[in-house]
Amino acid sequence: MNLREKRSDLKNDLIITIFAAPIVAGIFLVSVLPTVLATLTSFTTLELSFDLVWEYSGLANYRDALANPLFLKSFRIGTIWAVSVTVLAMLMGFVLALLIERKKRYSGLLKFLSMFPWALSPVVVAIIWEILLNPNSGPINGTLRAFGLPWGNKSFLGDFATALPTVIVIGAWLSIPLITVSFISSLKTLRSEIMEAALMDGAKASQRLKYIVIPHLRPVTTSLFALNIIWNFNSFGLVYVLTNGGPGGQTYLPALFVYDESFRYGNFGYAAAMGTIITIALVVVLGFYVARRKKLEIES
Amino acid sequence: MSRILGKFTIAFTVFLFVIFLGGPLVWLVSMSLKSPIEILAYEPKLLPNEIQLGNYQEALEKSGIIHAFINSVVISTVSTLVICLLVVVPAYVFARSKGILTKGMSLWILISQVFPLSLLIIPMFLSMQRLNLVNSQFGLILIYVIINIPFSLWLLRSFVLNIPKELEEAARIDGATTAYMIRTVILPLLLPGMVVVAIFTFVNVWNEFFFALVFLSDPEKATLPLKLAQFLGSEGRGRFGALAAATVMAIIPALVMFGIIQRKFSDNFLAGAVKG
Repeated sequence: MNLREKRSDLKNDLIITIFAAPIVAGIFLVSVLPTVLATLTSFTTLELSFDLVWEYSGLANYRDALANPLFLKSFRIGTIWAVSVTVLAMLMGFVLALLIERKKRYSGLLKFLSMFPWALSPVVVAIIWEILLNPNSGPINGTLRAFGLPWGNKSFLGDFATALPTVIVIGAWLSIPLITVSFISSLKTLRSEIMEAALMDGAKASQRLKYIVIPHLRPVTTSLFALNIIWNFNSFGLVYVLTNGGPGGQTYLPALFVYDESFRYGNFGYAAAMGTIITIALVVVLGFYVARRKKLEIES
Repeated sequence: MSRILGKFTIAFTVFLFVIFLGGPLVWLVSMSLKSPIEILAYEPKLLPNEIQLGNYQEALEKSGIIHAFINSVVISTVSTLVICLLVVVPAYVFARSKGILTKGMSLWILISQVFPLSLLIIPMFLSMQRLNLVNSQFGLILIYVIINIPFSLWLLRSFVLNIPKELEEAARIDGATTAYMIRTVILPLLLPGMVVVAIFTFVNVWNEFFFALVFLSDPEKATLPLKLAQFLGSEGRGRFGALAAATVMAIIPALVMFGIIQRKFSDNFLAGAVKG
């Protein structure tokens, strides 16, 4: 490469950078700045009112949040919800991906059905399941009654014991598309030679699954698990519309708690402290998880 | 024997999945076509005895559904167009450069997926309030553009990566400037990718609920998900037919778009999304 070409290359890069830089800068500004501001807010007494009054309050919001039994309960519910939804959806997504990749007659239908919920708003999903779960006219209670099974008249969303498990199943329904798609694209990269070699060696289906397919899916499983835990922990719309945290706070997810604290009661500083606690907890726990999984991958 | 058992297990699993995944949508559509008496039947049937469109009429006439539908169309379309215009050049840059910018962007896209919106919403709300953009559709569009740019940028970048570099080099040898080359070589080849990005963005904005809830309090300005949630909360539980009809109408645009990109959805979109 001669000097002139190098110069023109440099000029090209410069032109492109000038085009792209404002957008990059803008993006960093609106993603990094709010985070910093939110964290700063958590050390103040800021409240939502006509004029914003605030003073520095140190760690008081954090102390209050960690001593608030309702917040801790919400945090516990959020953990149960996030882990259950993620595990349930990943199990179903895994089975669905295996079925779809068998490329049988049903694969096309199954592929469409496992992906279309992606195109639905959480609000729409909540309404659909609200209709399905209506104790009087819904098909789920109707079927239970028709077969003479127990719980024929139970309001699954209104009952203390069944509300959280029910919203977990609906949450998993909504999480299936992205998980299934990821498993499918990971299965596609599994080289057919390996499978053929295993077949020639007479490996049974269960052995192929255990020694080839599952190890192959390990990296994608790690990322999917971590991402879905985060998304579900911060999930808002679905449960807000379905139960709004009820009955009796049984489905009061952390995102709902923080939303109420900030926009219903106007305690911005307090809410920001809660949000920060949630974020730190997630980052620490998942950081450990991903690091451990990576280490296992390298070892095996 | 075990083969037959295996086949049966698979068939049964497929059957269960079809009911679990597809059943809800079938029920919703059927519900929207039932008469008020059938809707309240204590022994519900899957299919309506007689198809009637009264629920759709009711949904259209009352509760401002049409108005919200138009709001949603405007907000989703404008946000999508703005994003598509904004991300073309940066997507090209990030695809072609291997420098620190690209690494930084990947990291940031990952991080932006992780941050809890319920935390970010506080400073966002305060800034929007200061700018007098709370309860304004323009403000909401601004928010949608900002929060959708990372993913759109990253998605479009993956399409640029599929364009062979030789084409660009040929154009360079012919003496084309970078800007000219982007316009005449890259853009036409990137068009299918742009369609996918546009549809992804549109569906995301069309379905968005949280920001609409926080930023729009005036019912006149409500988007469709917001209006549907209000409808459910106020009178919808007593009028499932109209609620189902309104929901079907809200689903159709997004579902049609999903149909257009269904192939790309599985083949292209997540080819590396999770692996980063």
